[in-house]
Amino acid sequence: MSTATDLNRPAAPPAFQEINSSRRFKNRLATILVGLTFVLALAPLVWLLITVIAKGFQYVLNADWWQKSLAGLTSRQFGGGVYHAIIGTLLQGLICAVIAVPIAILVAVYLVEYGKQSRLAKAVTFTVDILSGVPSIVAALFIYALCITTLGMPRSAFAVSLALVLLMIPVVVRTTEELLKIVPDELREAAYALGVPKWKTIVKIVIPTAMSGIITGISLAIARVMGETAPVLVLVGYTTFINYDPFGGSMASLPLLMTSERLTTNEVGEARVWGAAVTLILIITVFNLLGSLISRLTSLKTK
Amino acid sequence: MSDSDTVGRPGAPGLARGARGGAAPDTAPEAPISTPQGSGGTPAQPPKVITRPGDKIFKALTVGSGVFVVAMIALIGVFLLIQAIPSLADNQANFLFGRDWDADPEGGLAFGVLDLLLVTVFSSVFALIIAMPVSLGIALFLTQYAPRRLARPFAYLVDLLAAVPSIIYGLWGAYVLAPALAPVSTWLNENLGFIPLFATGTSNLAIGQTIFTAGIVLAVMLLPIITAISREVFDRTPPMQVEGALALGATKWEVVRTTVLPFGRAGYISASMLGLGRALGETIAVLIILSSTTSHFGFSLFDGGDTIASKIARAAQEFNDPRGAGAYIAAGLVLFVLTFVVNAFARSIIAGHKEYE
Amino acid sequence: MAKRIDVKDLNLFYGKFHAVDGVSLAVPPRNVTAFIGPSGCGKSTVLRSLNRMHEVIPGARAEGKVLLDGEDIYASTVDPVSVRRTIGMVFQRPNPFPTMSIRDNVVAGLKLAGERNGKKLDEVAEQALRGANLWAEVKDRLNRPGGGLSGGQQQRLCIARAIAVQPDVLLMDEPCSALDPISTLAIEDLIQELKKDFTIVIVTHNMQQAARVSDQTAFFNLAGVGQPGRLVELDDTERIFSNPTQKATEDYISGRFG
Repeated sequence: MSTATDLNRPAAPPAFQEINSSRRFKNRLATILVGLTFVLALAPLVWLLITVIAKGFQYVLNADWWQKSLAGLTSRQFGGGVYHAIIGTLLQGLICAVIAVPIAILVAVYLVEYGKQSRLAKAVTFTVDILSGVPSIVAALFIYALCITTLGMPRSAFAVSLALVLLMIPVVVRTTEELLKIVPDELREAAYALGVPKWKTIVKIVIPTAMSGIITGISLAIARVMGETAPVLVLVGYTTFINYDPFGGSMASLPLLMTSERLTTNEVGEARVWGAAVTLILIITVFNLLGSLISRLTSLKTK
Repeated sequence: MSDSDTVGRPGAPGLARGARGGAAPDTAPEAPISTPQGSGGTPAQPPKVITRPGDKIFKALTVGSGVFVVAMIALIGVFLLIQAIPSLADNQANFLFGRDWDADPEGGLAFGVLDLLLVTVFSSVFALIIAMPVSLGIALFLTQYAPRRLARPFAYLVDLLAAVPSIIYGLWGAYVLAPALAPVSTWLNENLGFIPLFATGTSNLAIGQTIFTAGIVLAVMLLPIITAISREVFDRTPPMQVEGALALGATKWEVVRTTVLPFGRAGYISASMLGLGRALGETIAVLIILSSTTSHFGFSLFDGGDTIASKIARAAQEFNDPRGAGAYIAAGLVLFVLTFVVNAFARSIIAGHKEYE
Repeated sequence: MAKRIDVKDLNLFYGKFHAVDGVSLAVPPRNVTAFIGPSGCGKSTVLRSLNRMHEVIPGARAEGKVLLDGEDIYASTVDPVSVRRTIGMVFQRPNPFPTMSIRDNVVAGLKLAGERNGKKLDEVAEQALRGANLWAEVKDRLNRPGGGLSGGQQQRLCIARAIAVQPDVLLMDEPCSALDPISTLAIEDLIQELKKDFTIVIVTHNMQQAARVSDQTAFFNLAGVGQPGRLVELDDTERIFSNPTQKATEDYISGRFG
């Protein structure tokens, strides 16, 4: 009632209440600070990219860079290329994906289609969470302890791939799980009602429906593991020669090349390190773009 | 079919281990899972449901993969432990409290992990202290302040920070950022040197291979991690609450403070813990940035030294003697346990919050 | 082809919740039976139990008998997958497979069962699409995605998909509830034609629709608040709508509740 009398007061001067100045000041300050943090985040990104490009881009413009290895070159000789390391990076990443992706998709299928709220499903979810937090150096040590000390395997690119599998599985499980969850139940029911067994429903209807997203997730995951350095440091030796055999001998990769050539403290070493950095960033970018391209090509069309 | 074959192989040993590993994964598949045909919900149901062989095989494959993953995490712990024990038995120093690291098997092992652990935790916490407020600001900016149309591309830019490999962060940190920070660290050291944090340390400030530099680089690496999760949580603030605050005449900041922040607090803290876990295990960036030292860690930002991860990576190419390697594996086990605890804690914070689903 | 269904003392559960209590009814072949009743009365649940789709929901189970030409589809020797091949279903909202073309949607059931003969599949697709009154509209774009069709066309595509596996019975769960009136009319006409070949059971919210398309109508209702749903009355459609024996039926039909 009191408001009614207030309103009846003749001609209250301002139509709207003024916000008092301290509140307005706080609001403005908060807006500025929040905007600044964003700039603060972009600064290192821009700085870092400019650094890498400025220091390394000139070297990757040479065709030799992409076609030759560093075989036979001393640490004082310019020239050669990182073909051997590119091959290693791609090979290790792809072997890792070949092993990790099927396992990860099956785990996600288990979680979404079979496990639901069971105790095993909860344990799996927890494990995937923990696995995604396992440092790459620990994954590398584990594979070292398992394959090299216990099973007596030599250090090899394959061992690297196994360590990367541990890092890749949780990433792919997570994305696949989210994507399978948003496949409408109606599609599953439609398939069941046609007399399609559950496993075929999953393989032929549910997974294909989520496929474009899964492919994007996989290529992002590959891009990520290809930049990992700790596993290559522990599990495989560096070489300047081209090696296509993942099971035997040393094999270079871009991160390994960078850590090894970093110790060459002259202009030649610098060229190799920063050139490799540009190359690695380019490869990662290509995989990221490839992911979104494939997903765009295979995404569900309505027209 | 060839897919399932590749999966079957690694899955099989996993199954065997899982059964030994614990009761949970062993009993779970039967009891509470509703069978594909569903009616297995109650044991009282008399007729058995026919399941096709294809369904049985496929389900077994998925369950096997699940068990394999669970077994994996247990195997990591077990294998590291098995490999560490002989070296720990030979260790002439106190492993947990010793501050010197001598893993050269000639002349006897004497390795203590304490200094490595201190540097690991110290640099990670320093990174977290920088990254937390900045990430909070970014997450608020992206969810509350940025213009709707720009929010997504902006978020993409922040995510790009996560796509940069850590080795490139390391190179940038060591060769570009470190010298650039020299004036800042020199100023801090000269004016605030009486505080132990800024006391003269074991590393040359002009070159900048310090925990200070490493921590800042780590902080940059944490930004996208903490931001991504916080952003997701802030985005789920119930619009009702926001509108309620707006209707009371709250300013934007007041809306954020009274609705978004309280709602997202647990998610933000959890995200920060996940970030901490990431920082604790970061290897190559720290390895490249920090200068090695033989002196003890003095709790100064201007010390050099090694984290557990960087120490392992530094020695990795010389892991030829199993007992020497065992010492590093023991340190790796400490790191594994540490990150396990931090990650499990981070997950448990979110787990209690149904509203984040 | 068309077969009869006899339901004997069917009880349906979701976990501990008793959803439907003691339903017995008979559906003669080549005949349209409509299930009507207020929301939550269990009519859809009963429909889904007729081809063992009920148990797809975790924790859901059925007790009692559903006989298809005298054979119990819940017998322990019966594979639910083959039950669903014999008794097809069309859902509330059209749900074509988004990854497949129109043609592939229609023959999805056969293809996933292992039929590889392209020529035969083409024939089946045409036949089923003609049967669903959709052929003329889509024959020039069979390889386009099914998601590009209008809602009514999509629903007829789903009907084509269901009849392509040549079932004996067709179950329809409120097939028109997501459609506009013109598409609804098209589906209702289609039901009249399909009746020549199939036994049809349709759940509908719309009493006029039940009156238009069905030969017999079953009225379901809740026994009370929190009580399971049950079958109140089953009779010729004309009788149900003109002269029902139960008061609840009359109240519902005359719009006094529901």
